[in-house]
Amino acid sequence: MSARELWRLPARALATAVRAGECTALEAVSAGWDGPAALWERDVHAIAHSDPGARAAGAGAAPSGPLAGVPVVVKDNLCTHDHPTTCCSRMLDGYQPPYDATVVQRLREAGGVVSGKGNMDEFAMGSSTEFSCYGPTRNPYDLARVPGGSSGGPAAAVAYGLAPLALGSDTGGSVRQPAAFCGVVGLKPTYGRLSRYGLVAFASSLDQVGIFGRHAGDVALLYALLAGPDPLDATSRASLPPDVSGWDGGVEGLRFGWPANLWREGVEAEVVAGLEEAAAWLERAGARRVPFDFLPGEYAVATYYLVATAEASSNLARFDGVRYGHRDPAGHDLHALYTRSRSAGFGAEVQRRILLGTYALSAGYYEEVYLTAQRARARIRREYEAAFSRCDLLLMPAAPTLPFRLGEKLDDPLAMYLSDIFTLGANLAGIPGLSAPVTPAAGGLPRAVQLLGPDDGEALLLRAARALEVRGERARLDRSHEVEFAWPTKR
Amino acid sequence: MAHEAVIGLECHIQLRTRGKMFCGCPAEFGAPPDTNVCPVCLGLPGALPRANRAAVEAALRLGLALGCAIREESVFARKHYFYPDSPKNYQITQYDRPLCAGGSLPVGEAGGERRYDLERLHLEEDTGKSSHPVRAGDRAFSLVDFNRAGVPLLELVTQPVFREPAECAAFLAALRRLVRWLGVSDGDMEKGQLRCDANVSLRPAGAAALGVKTELKNLNSIRGVERGLAAEIARQRLLLEGGGVVGQATLSYDVEHDRLAVMRSKEDAHDYRYFPEPDLPVLRVVGAVLEAARAGLPELPWTRAARLVGRYGLSAHDASVLCEQRELADYYEACAAVADERLAANWVMTEVLRVLHERAGSIGEFAARVPAVRLGGLVARVAAKEIPGPLAKQVFGWMLDEEGGVDELLARHGVRAMGAATDLRPLVLEVLGEHAAAVAQVLAGSSRTLDFLVGQVMKKSRGQAAPQVVRELLETEFARRAAGESPPRAPRGGP
Ligand SMILES: [Zn+2]
Repeated sequence: MSARELWRLPARALATAVRAGECTALEAVSAGWDGPAALWERDVHAIAHSDPGARAAGAGAAPSGPLAGVPVVVKDNLCTHDHPTTCCSRMLDGYQPPYDATVVQRLREAGGVVSGKGNMDEFAMGSSTEFSCYGPTRNPYDLARVPGGSSGGPAAAVAYGLAPLALGSDTGGSVRQPAAFCGVVGLKPTYGRLSRYGLVAFASSLDQVGIFGRHAGDVALLYALLAGPDPLDATSRASLPPDVSGWDGGVEGLRFGWPANLWREGVEAEVVAGLEEAAAWLERAGARRVPFDFLPGEYAVATYYLVATAEASSNLARFDGVRYGHRDPAGHDLHALYTRSRSAGFGAEVQRRILLGTYALSAGYYEEVYLTAQRARARIRREYEAAFSRCDLLLMPAAPTLPFRLGEKLDDPLAMYLSDIFTLGANLAGIPGLSAPVTPAAGGLPRAVQLLGPDDGEALLLRAARALEVRGERARLDRSHEVEFAWPTKR
Repeated sequence: MAHEAVIGLECHIQLRTRGKMFCGCPAEFGAPPDTNVCPVCLGLPGALPRANRAAVEAALRLGLALGCAIREESVFARKHYFYPDSPKNYQITQYDRPLCAGGSLPVGEAGGERRYDLERLHLEEDTGKSSHPVRAGDRAFSLVDFNRAGVPLLELVTQPVFREPAECAAFLAALRRLVRWLGVSDGDMEKGQLRCDANVSLRPAGAAALGVKTELKNLNSIRGVERGLAAEIARQRLLLEGGGVVGQATLSYDVEHDRLAVMRSKEDAHDYRYFPEPDLPVLRVVGAVLEAARAGLPELPWTRAARLVGRYGLSAHDASVLCEQRELADYYEACAAVADERLAANWVMTEVLRVLHERAGSIGEFAARVPAVRLGGLVARVAAKEIPGPLAKQVFGWMLDEEGGVDELLARHGVRAMGAATDLRPLVLEVLGEHAAAVAQVLAGSSRTLDFLVGQVMKKSRGQAAPQVVRELLETEFARRAAGESPPRAPRGGP
């Protein structure tokens, strides 16, 4: 098989071809880089670091496992020993870790190969991938628009065909929102299901490694390979992860919550239409709509930004120019070394969040600010639990808008923060969430919905995503059919 | 106005676990710089901590020994400050929910201990070690060795219960003994395995309210603690008595030059921005773990000293000396099992401790050469008056370097113990025959001359006679002569 066909294959089919000797692991890994999809990268700029030598070495070392030879784009905040890991920050420019993140290690053990490091908002702080020190990633469906963020690079790479799978991280929607903007499936697992060891921390209690794929089945496969306890991550769940092998099992009898009050205002009509379409498809596949009003914590956005910035201010303290990363040559004494290195190394958005978080943890404000946020967080979790006593899944928007234009929200941090309004609740509650594409909007832009599940609800989410994938009617008639991915067209 | 000092201590105890507090790197001391490191203890991006179970168990041992309340759910927290030896620029410690709270440490001899109340005991990680080598002509630079970064520490905080520097010194010595006794730390202050900071304030004698306190850092020897505190108390007293005020400050004490230096004043006090460590779950100590720790506790030193007094009739002082180290107390008790208990105590305290001191060895090494039963065998012979003291000491000396039991050693060195009166009687008669004038003086009532004769017999026995036995023999002989009995004929030397 030539690169011309290989790059279009789902991960499972690609691995099968490699295992059957129909192509080599190197051919499989190179397909996206050498084939037609390669035309996209120059315009989209999904990849922050690529290294043909490291890819070839990775392909050469790949064992014949369930992911044999499958290229996977890895977000630039997941440590890889053979590629730089910079979080797309000047602070870490040139930094190459001496170790692999646990998820990367498990990926390699299954035969997967790191295809490149995905572009992202600096230290995962952003919703548009415009805050990368290497320049923005563009939406492959409309190069004037953003791919979402912060995992915009991995999402866009999967969308245009560089690799069938990618790893991202989701702290407040950083997988689900760019997946929605790029028209791919994006899963944020239950907190603690995918090891965070080797994920450069943004907000430890919210961060979760997430998976992008063009197909629900590919996402299920990668989830099954990566999930599970990790002795190196004390916050990973000790129990066995949910079994997602039934991802193609259909949604017959499943109750999905329909909190229509959430999109009564402030949500674009195209997004609402997408929700209606998804609901109709799910119903046609045998699921039942359960309408109810749901207000997952009126203060969720405030709560999220307090917790996230507080933890970020602490997690990012280690970047000081002393042991690694950017070190300002003019830092002649210790104080100057710290302040100059950090002022030059961090971008404006990162500095803004460090300052906010430092304030939230300061003496005299800690109780009022941080502890209050923690109490609000506990309440938000209870509200989600209450919702899941009435339904199996929640159907809601992944973002209030379709992909917005580059620069549109750059100067308005609050508007940017609000683009996470529907996703950050899952991080506060620790529950799994997924975004899945529905039919594109009128202008051809991807359109998606978000599904949220209770703790360990990944299998249900994937079943619903699969049902949407085969689009309602066809779900019942032709369940085993491999749906062709709707590629962006170059314009 | 007379002032009294109020002192509280903060002690850091480096735990003797194999691994570090939050990673698997060796916690050993003395490896080449930056060799015992990994992504976790270097604070590399993406690395996460995981609590070392052995360190938690060590903390439980000490906490239980001190009678602390053990918190079922304690919480690790981050304490933020920027310094190059702090790899993450925050230290993982415990803050508002420490593992152990309350408790007290008894200090002093058996029966007369004073208990000093504690505030808390918690787990944390050590920092790396900075050094500031100065090279002529070069730009100034600093080096950091991260081998120590992440080594488990216990921080023990006392209540402000001390009044005198000497009390603090005694407390530290008792704490050092306890951590070694429990095997949780080597407690070597020179190696930084036990460190001490102190909070000191003065107040008018009898007043209830505390004065403004200063913090004294780097008191890294027991002598340093005592002298540093004395210096700071003197400084504060001078200020107050001159009508001045004490300013809140952190000071360091240089024991070499007996000098205090201000490290920082109140204005630049840190805001550590504590918050619960999100990378570590709540530390749960389940009942079974606590029970196992309790069951694994050895008899505590103060309990043991009291038992030695009660069981063997030792003085409080002797019992305390023997309980200075657990292995020493073990050695003593093994010795006392086969020999006279008080005599065994004397031997262990004088001879054994002398050898340990001279050879700078450990009791373990000593016991490997001279097991307690071996020494006990010798002491038993002394107690039975079969071997005189001076000879026994000689035998003890041979034991240190040679194999064999008491009789074997005596035979090897061609010596026969002259313990029995029958062995010595001929020598006594010989001496009496040679010193007729002295005999007359003794008969006339001179006790000093009797001492002289005892010495002469000892000399003839080449130190192998027991002086007490010789004296008794001489006294018997003089009593007989005074009663008018004729002296038996002195034996002639040789056949
Ligand atoms: Zn380590």
